[in-house]
Amino acid sequence: MELIKPEVVQRVLDLMKEQDLYIHLEMTNGAYAAHLDKSKIAAATFIRNGVIRYSHGSIAGKGPYRVGLKLEHGWVYSEGLTHYDETETERLILAGHDNDGKLLVSLQLSREPF
Amino acid sequence: MERHILVVLPHPDDESFGISGTLAKHIQSGTPVTYACLTLGQMGRNMGNPIFANRETLPYIRKRELEESCRIIGIQDLRLMGLHDKTIEFEDKDKMTKLIGDLITELNPSLIITFYPGYSVHPDHDATGAAVIRTVQKLPKDKRPTVHCIAFSQGCEQEIGAPDVFNDVREFVDKKMGSIQAHRSQWQLKTILGGKSPQSKEVQERFGKERFWTYRFD
Ligand SMILES: [Zn+2]
Repeated sequence: MELIKPEVVQRVLDLMKEQDLYIHLEMTNGAYAAHLDKSKIAAATFIRNGVIRYSHGSIAGKGPYRVGLKLEHGWVYSEGLTHYDETETERLILAGHDNDGKLLVSLQLSREPF
Repeated sequence: MERHILVVLPHPDDESFGISGTLAKHIQSGTPVTYACLTLGQMGRNMGNPIFANRETLPYIRKRELEESCRIIGIQDLRLMGLHDKTIEFEDKDKMTKLIGDLITELNPSLIITFYPGYSVHPDHDATGAAVIRTVQKLPKDKRPTVHCIAFSQGCEQEIGAPDVFNDVREFVDKKMGSIQAHRSQWQLKTILGGKSPQSKEVQERFGKERFWTYRFD
């Protein structure tokens, strides 16, 4: 994983528009959040291999970045993205990590199921 | 001496902290150990520090880490059960009972080690323990293996009492360190030891003892 280069991500987002895509979208503060600090709630959510199609998608911000994908009937939104997998050629793998490297958020798109 | 030990845990690295010393000790004295690891921990948040994994590479990396950890502890029979991280509590209950029942039938263990349902913090831990207890409960009383549980939720001793099994594993602390270190996407041994040497008295004391609750079936 490397720090996001927004122009690279934007290019991939443009290439993936107007087609059925599998999405992995998640956010988590960790299963142990409440165990380590009683004032917290362990919160996490993910959807894996949902199918979406967007008419346009863009990356915004100065880092951490935001991504918005406009669907026929709604939106996909993700904030806090810091890293991308620079080795991927067919998929978009984005993630947001905190200073300890722990994953907070991820947004991934692929033409094939994950 | 135990005839055969079956370990049922949901995540790679669940074996490291609480039980690796006990397992290494049993293995040294000749007891075969089977470790059924239900998932690949594919939804873990830790991706290495510095980061070297992502959501898609993590399961492959964690599988290799688990194999290395088992090699260090001495576990020869590792079973990857192919379930998905975070979903154990939502799996079909009969399917889970059959999965564990089949292992018990095949291996005829005298001891099973798992999590104490309700007192193990992570929903996968609790659901794994619950599935084991449910399965063993169904066996005729004289056919039930002993079940040793790990519990670590805040205040668990107020509800389930103190643990009743204490294993002195000081001799095997180096194996435990090796097991933790094998899971390098998840843990940095240096951080865990807080700058202390693995040979220091403090570390030996902290890691040299493992504790379990024998599950009481009614
Ligand atoms: Zn776990």
